[in-house]
Amino acid sequence: MTRAQAHGRHRFAWLGRLWSLSTGRFGIIVVLAIGLTALVARFWTPFDPQKVDVQNRWDAPGIPHLLGTDGSGRDILSLLMAGARTTVWVALGAGAVATLLGLVLAVVGALTTRWVRESVAVLVDILIAFPVLLIAMMLSSVWGGSLWVVIISVGIGFGVNIARVTRPELRRVLHSDFVLAGRAAGLTPFENLWRHLLPNVAPVFIVQLSWGMAVAVLAEAGLSYLGFGAPPTEPSWGILLKDLQTYISVHPLSVVWPGLAITITVLGLNLLGDGLREATDPTLSRRRTAARTPQPVVVS
Amino acid sequence: MSLEVQDLVVEIDGRRVVDGVSFDVPDGERVGLIGESGSGKSLTALAILGLLPDGATATGSVRWDGRELIGLPDRELATLRGDEIGIVFQEPRTALNPIRTVGRQIGESVRIHEGVSRREASARAIAEAERVRLPDAAELVRRYPHQLSGGQRQRVAIAMALACRPRLLIADEPTTALDVTIQAEILELLGGLVERDGMSLVFITHDLAVLSQVATDAVVLEDGRVVERGPLSRLLTAPESPVTQGLLRDATATLWKPGGVS
Repeated sequence: MTRAQAHGRHRFAWLGRLWSLSTGRFGIIVVLAIGLTALVARFWTPFDPQKVDVQNRWDAPGIPHLLGTDGSGRDILSLLMAGARTTVWVALGAGAVATLLGLVLAVVGALTTRWVRESVAVLVDILIAFPVLLIAMMLSSVWGGSLWVVIISVGIGFGVNIARVTRPELRRVLHSDFVLAGRAAGLTPFENLWRHLLPNVAPVFIVQLSWGMAVAVLAEAGLSYLGFGAPPTEPSWGILLKDLQTYISVHPLSVVWPGLAITITVLGLNLLGDGLREATDPTLSRRRTAARTPQPVVVS
Repeated sequence: MSLEVQDLVVEIDGRRVVDGVSFDVPDGERVGLIGESGSGKSLTALAILGLLPDGATATGSVRWDGRELIGLPDRELATLRGDEIGIVFQEPRTALNPIRTVGRQIGESVRIHEGVSRREASARAIAEAERVRLPDAAELVRRYPHQLSGGQRQRVAIAMALACRPRLLIADEPTTALDVTIQAEILELLGGLVERDGMSLVFITHDLAVLSQVATDAVVLEDGRVVERGPLSRLLTAPESPVTQGLLRDATATLWKPGGVS
């Protein structure tokens, strides 16, 4: 084996570990499946999701409508696939906003001079008192309901949450000797942040982020339901759930599909976060590594 | 290259924790800073490197190779740290980053100061690990800190500090957290490496017995002040201040009670 191969194997070893965990594997499969569905739905769905077909209202699941149709004869599978695009967009967008805001607040709140640190801590505590719903209402009163309102309000809500959890963790790691040792080796404070501080708070951060993205999926459904999110013409799991809920006593099966889609996505994101935390922490994978180490390397 | 510390004062929230400490470390000399906990010896070491914790300020003079370090911008100090001045900390359990392999940590200062590629740095890391007599270095550098024993971790910390061949090594109680048998090995290793490279050494400890194995001169501190200084041979036989006499009694006691080091 060449050194480069050994190096490559080493760098992506965490992916293998993630896959070997049942939680991680489930998370990867779900997230990939949703992502793929969203991608496919951009170009193709079995039926036009907005096509009204009064001949086939409330079709039972079967052929050709695999998951049946709704009260206007729209194909539920196509609606779900189109809605996956919205879901992926919202989860990624809210995740990005939350990461940016959370890390900036946490770093500024942990590593600057005392009065800046404490002001940030107070600001975070104040912002935490603002429910996401209130932020969404304020934003939508200015710009009207759109997915952007969902992304930004959930992003702010979870960014603040990430900051609240990551900031004390950064403070804790900051007082470790290895951070001092990094500076003593000649790293500038900024390099030290990237190499030693942030990687050590990543587990806490990742769990928070995956949770935030899962909540974003739920929040999109909820906010769209309330009219702050996607406009009714845009396909979304939340809107679909709202539409079908009205008929739950007459056609209970149809409500199951969007509900199931939301549940599985949220579960998948949560388990992926949990698996990531376990796979990237070398102290947690001690047993597996120890079991693997004695295997002889075959030189060919 | 010599280190001259003149009237060093470290203040934390207006309290003087190091109060006018002066000492010289001529090129190639080995000087011990000794005192009870809280006597200001570790803060003195951190002040030399400009790594004092938040809220602590240093005044006075620290001259390295004739150059004043107090008040030097952090960017310039960073070029000295790890390259010309290395430091080993007390606690090997926390001195290594738990989520990076030890090889990358040993190679870190080489990457910073000599600008070598990652591959060269990892080759250097193996060489440095061998130099501190870590067993099976090529395999060991790929492990994580929690897979090493306390003594091995302290060897890694020493390899990190010495990777760029600094001219001055500051050792801040490097053996205090270790078993007595391991202590002796680490002391012997440190002494040997300092001698081979002709480095200067500032060795911080509260244990005269330990100090007598690596240093030739000592500065005794109490409450941030120098209370006595001189060659160790004299301090061990004819200590003048009560502090040194107390340290000598404790040191002798630890020799009779293996494992009783506190």
